[in-house]
Parts: sequence; structure tokens; C-alpha cells
Amino acid sequence: MSENIMQNQLISEFEEIQNNLNGKKQDVFNQSRIKAIEAFGNLSFPTKKDEEWKYSDVKKLVNATYNFHPKSEITHSDLESFELPDLEGIILYFVNGIYHPELSNVSDKDGRIKISTLQEAINDVNPLLTEHYGKYLKSETDAFTAMNSALANDGILVEIPDNVTLEQPIILRMINDTRKENVGSIIRNLIVVGQNAEVKIAEAYRSFGEESGFVNAATEVYVGKDARVDYYKVQNDNDVSYHVGTTQVYLADNSYFYSATITLNGGFVRNNLNLVLDGEHIESHMYGLYIPNKKQHIDNHTVVDHCKPNSVSNELYKGILMDNSTGVFNGKIFVRQIAQKTNAYQNCRNVIISDKASMNTKPQLEIWADDVKCSHGTTTGQLNDEAIFYMQSRGIPKKEAVKLQLLAFASDVVSQIKIDTLRDYLEELVKIKLDEIN
Amino acid sequence: MLKISNLHAKIDDKEILRGINLEIKAGEVHAIMGPNGSGKSTLASVLAGREDYEITAGSVEFLGKDLLELAPEERAAEGIFLAFQYPVEIPGVTTVNFLKTAMNQIRKYKGESPIDAANFLKIMKEKSKLVKIDDQLLKRSLNEGFSGGEKKRNEIFQMAMLEPTLGILDETDSGLDIDALRIVSDGVNQLRSADRSFIVVTHYQRLLDYIVPDFVHVLYKGRIVKSGTKELALELEEKGYDWIKAEADAAEALA
Repeated sequence: MSENIMQNQLISEFEEIQNNLNGKKQDVFNQSRIKAIEAFGNLSFPTKKDEEWKYSDVKKLVNATYNFHPKSEITHSDLESFELPDLEGIILYFVNGIYHPELSNVSDKDGRIKISTLQEAINDVNPLLTEHYGKYLKSETDAFTAMNSALANDGILVEIPDNVTLEQPIILRMINDTRKENVGSIIRNLIVVGQNAEVKIAEAYRSFGEESGFVNAATEVYVGKDARVDYYKVQNDNDVSYHVGTTQVYLADNSYFYSATITLNGGFVRNNLNLVLDGEHIESHMYGLYIPNKKQHIDNHTVVDHCKPNSVSNELYKGILMDNSTGVFNGKIFVRQIAQKTNAYQNCRNVIISDKASMNTKPQLEIWADDVKCSHGTTTGQLNDEAIFYMQSRGIPKKEAVKLQLLAFASDVVSQIKIDTLRDYLEELVKIKLDEIN
Repeated sequence: MLKISNLHAKIDDKEILRGINLEIKAGEVHAIMGPNGSGKSTLASVLAGREDYEITAGSVEFLGKDLLELAPEERAAEGIFLAFQYPVEIPGVTTVNFLKTAMNQIRKYKGESPIDAANFLKIMKEKSKLVKIDDQLLKRSLNEGFSGGEKKRNEIFQMAMLEPTLGILDETDSGLDIDALRIVSDGVNQLRSADRSFIVVTHYQRLLDYIVPDFVHVLYKGRIVKSGTKELALELEEKGYDWIKAEADAAEALA
């Protein structure tokens, strides 16, 4: 048996669930869960000795007690302050990891897309499960992923059929209702985008309440030939929350993938974003922005795997670190021997505005092909004092000058967001966050 | 308008200003000349409130207020404008947005309401003609990728927008070709008025052919060692600074 509270608790809960399954135990899907829980039992949660977790310590998290199956009586009016005015789209609410239809708006005007919750898909034996689920994200490698595969409460399965363009975005709002107790939710999404299809998807995370919320999230994205996907992950949680999430993306020939990971607040955040470019002439972009303050910790790990020739990957992550906050950026680029004429760019830029904040950056490039263009750069610096004085000399108070400079710094990432309402909202949130500068 | 008395300032234990005395009345243009390292730019920076310098003695009174007590942004709001020798590039902030923010902060300081967008645009259009600055340039990030001439024109444009009481030009002529120099000078001359004064810091007399000063002061080793009218500038152009240095060094040896 393992030595941490969370693993023991989850394994015994799994057994309990299995005992109540009766006839469904032999289902293919359930068999995959049994395999995942076995992997989970054999793996340990990472420690700081693990190279990939050197700067992100989960010891406190895995030794805390969370309720992974709490009921929530959250209502629409509770969530009013979370809502974006004028946001149009398919808006799906998950509370404590479970889909809440009464809060959601699934009006799909043309009805061409297929959307179901993970629970529905399991009950209906949805073919997507056998075709795609767990095909891109492997459980065996990492305890958090194995935990997710074995125990996911809910999530969505979306299928955008070939040649369909979905104009309105799909917005997943993940809420932990932590008013009464520590809440853990395990969320698993699968997004399958067919040939020449197009979709915009956003995941947004936050807690409602004062206790600790823990989210273990995993999203698999399949991007078919000539398909286009914009993917957003927005985190605006509280200081006692934990988030460990992985987004695993598979890309086919001529596809386009754009992602923006915006972390405004969160006690402990670990985002893994992994792209497998398994085709030619793929264009992929990864943008990130994190603005931790107080004792917040934000860790972004990204991987781009160029498996075939002639594709492009571009990455820009930016951080503003205040107070005692800490940040981590680890960016891996693999260019396989066959992947000639690859263009891969990576850039991570950070501004530290407190003596006590720190940032660890690590670019890792492994290139086996010889005819490629790759570049990477990381910078961690302070604000430009001369620019601050320049602005002051024009009548702008120092605090405003600092804010203006930081807003400009952040805008490289935020201005890229193509869902207008979301972009305007995030611009506002970034301003609010920067107001907290002392 | 401005009264500088016995001003001493140092940076990293090095005394740069060693007792400056200067009085400027409304509407006057004073040129500050002097050899390299004499403290010209330091004087300009100290008046604008750059924090790198420590004021060790003396006082500066501006429109009845103790200038040295004010933060740089307060000085700007009170009517001081420094045109930088090396204007700073600020990526991601357009000149338009920057100036609107500056203008509104100054209005806020004075207890006025923010300027409305239409009025702002109207003023901007009018003032941009003064230094022949292209509208498109103003929509770009502040000074980013601007040529040397464009940066200096942008400084004068900003001055025109903010309408200061005292404009300080810190070597505005450096790095300008003759055409740009003429445009910048024309802009400054159009801003001259009975209630607006200027301090023109320059190494060369050339600029003063275009912006004709009422007084010329020569700064050397942190002090004003000679003052005169525009004829002094012509004399310096002809004879260089050596004779003044010799005079000043001799005087200091006697003292």
C-alpha cells in the first residue's frame, strides 16, 4: 500500500464502486478503468525527487482529505457573479466534477454536433469511447493520469463531424463547491474534431467557497486532417485550490491548433500541454499567461513532438510574478529524425516584480533531424525603470506606469484570444489582478 | 517661474551639480550649453525628478512650490515637461493610448474630468501637424522601431499635447539631420508664448540658430560659469569651450 492518504482513499473508493456495478463490470470501458486503477496502485504520486516535479511539491495535496463525491446544491443565482455577460455559446456547467444540466445551456442551433457527458457515453456505450478514449493519453506513465482514467467523475465527449464549422464556442465551466468541505473533482474530456471541421473550446476553472478544491483534469483532443481547433484553458481559482491537469492533443495532416492557457489565480497549478504532430503541414500555437501573487504556485509543462516533416510549432508563455509567488516553465520540443523541414519556436518571458518571487524555466530541445529551424529563449527580468520614469515624466503615477507596462506585456497573449467576449473579460481580469500590486 | 538656488546633486557618491543658481521668468528661453560631462543632462533630469540622483543641498522653486518635494508625475502635472535625449521604447503601448492616459492623469491631478474621445482626437490631429508626425505612427507602440528623428518629433508632439508651463529639451538636436532639426525647432517655436518658458540643453550652437534663446548659460564642472545672450553661443561656436574652461579653472584655483 502507498503511504499517502489520497491514494489509499481512492483505491478503496474504487473497490466500492466496482462492487455496486453488477452487470456492467465486464464492459470494455470498465475493463479499461480496472487497468487504470491497477496502474494507479503501482505508481506513486510524484515527489520533488522526480525531475518533472522538481519545483512543484504535491506532498501536502496527496496527504489532505478530499471528498470526491459530494453533492452540491449550487444554484444559478449562486453563479451569477461568475457569468460573463453576453457570452454566447454552448455553456456546460460541471459542479464537483458532475455535469449539471439545470445550469447549462446546450442550445446547438443546427444540431450537427454530437455532445454528451462522460456518464451518458458510458451508459450508451458510445463508440467514441472505444475509438478514441485513452488512445492519446496513456495512463501507465503518471499517477495523476492513471487516477483520472480510473476515477473520472464526469466530463464531456464532443464530436464535430467532418466539414462542420461550429461558430459558437463550447465553454466548459468547472466549479468546485467548497462551501462546506474540501472537494475533489476528477474530470475527463474527449474532443474529436473530424476532417476539415472547426471548433473553439474553452475550459474555465474556479471554486465557490472557502475550503480547498482539487481538480484532476484530463482532456484528449483529436484534430483530424485539415481541421482547426482553438483551445482555451482559463484558471481563476482561489489561494487554497489545487489543479493538476493534462491536455493531450493529437494532430493530423494540414491541421491547425491554437491554445491559450491563462492562469490568473490558483494556490497550486500544474498544467501539462502535450502536442503530438503526427502529420505534415500542421500549424500549432501554444500561448500562456500566468500572474501569480501571494504564495501561489503555477507550473506549465509543455511538450511538442514533431513526428513528421514540414510542420510548424510556435510557443509563447509569459509570466508576471508578484509577492512570494513561484512559477515553473518547462518546454520540450522533440523533432524526430524523419521530421525534416520542421520549424519550431519557443519563447518564455517573465517579469518578476518582487524580491521574494521566483521563476524556474527549462527549455529542452531534442532534435534528431538535420534540416530544421528551431529556436528557443527564456528571459526573466524586472521592469524597465527607464520606461517607468518616462511615463511618470508625462504625468502617469508610478503605480499606473507599472500597470500600463505589465498590461502591455500581457497583451501579447490576451489580445490573441479569438472569442471576443472572453478576451474582453480576461483583459478586465488581468487589470484587476494587476491592481493587487503593492 | 523657476528659481534654482545653490543646487547640489550626486550620483554614486560623485557630485555632478555643485551649486547651480538660475532664475527663469515666464516666456523666457534659456539655453544651457557646456562641454561633455559638465552636468547639463543631470540638471534636466533632476528638474524632471529622476530618482537616480541624490539632492545634497539647495532648492528649486517652481510656480511657488518646492519642486524637489514632488514626485515626477506631480511635477508633470504642475507643468514641467522633459523631452528626453533618448526617448524610451515601450512595446505594447501606443502613443495615442499613452498620451490619453497621461492627459487624463494630469486632469485627475487637477481635479478635472477625463477628456472625451472626440475632443482628444481633435486636439491630437491639430498638434500632430505641428511636427508633421504621421497619424499611423501614433497608432504604433510608443517609439518602438521609430527612427531617431521620429522619436524626437514624437517628444515635441507629446509636449504640444500636454501643454507644459516649462519645457526642458535635453539635447533634442542630437542625432537629427538638418531637415528634422528644422521641423523640431519649428514645432518648439510655435509653442513659445508669453506664459511658457523653455530650458534648451545643447552641446552645439546649431540648434540655437532655430530656437533663438533669450539667455545662454555655460555649465562646467557642475556650475554655471558664464551667462550671456545669444551672442555667447556664437562665441562658443567660434572659439570652443577651452577658454571658458581655463577661466573657470583659474577662478576655482583662486577661490
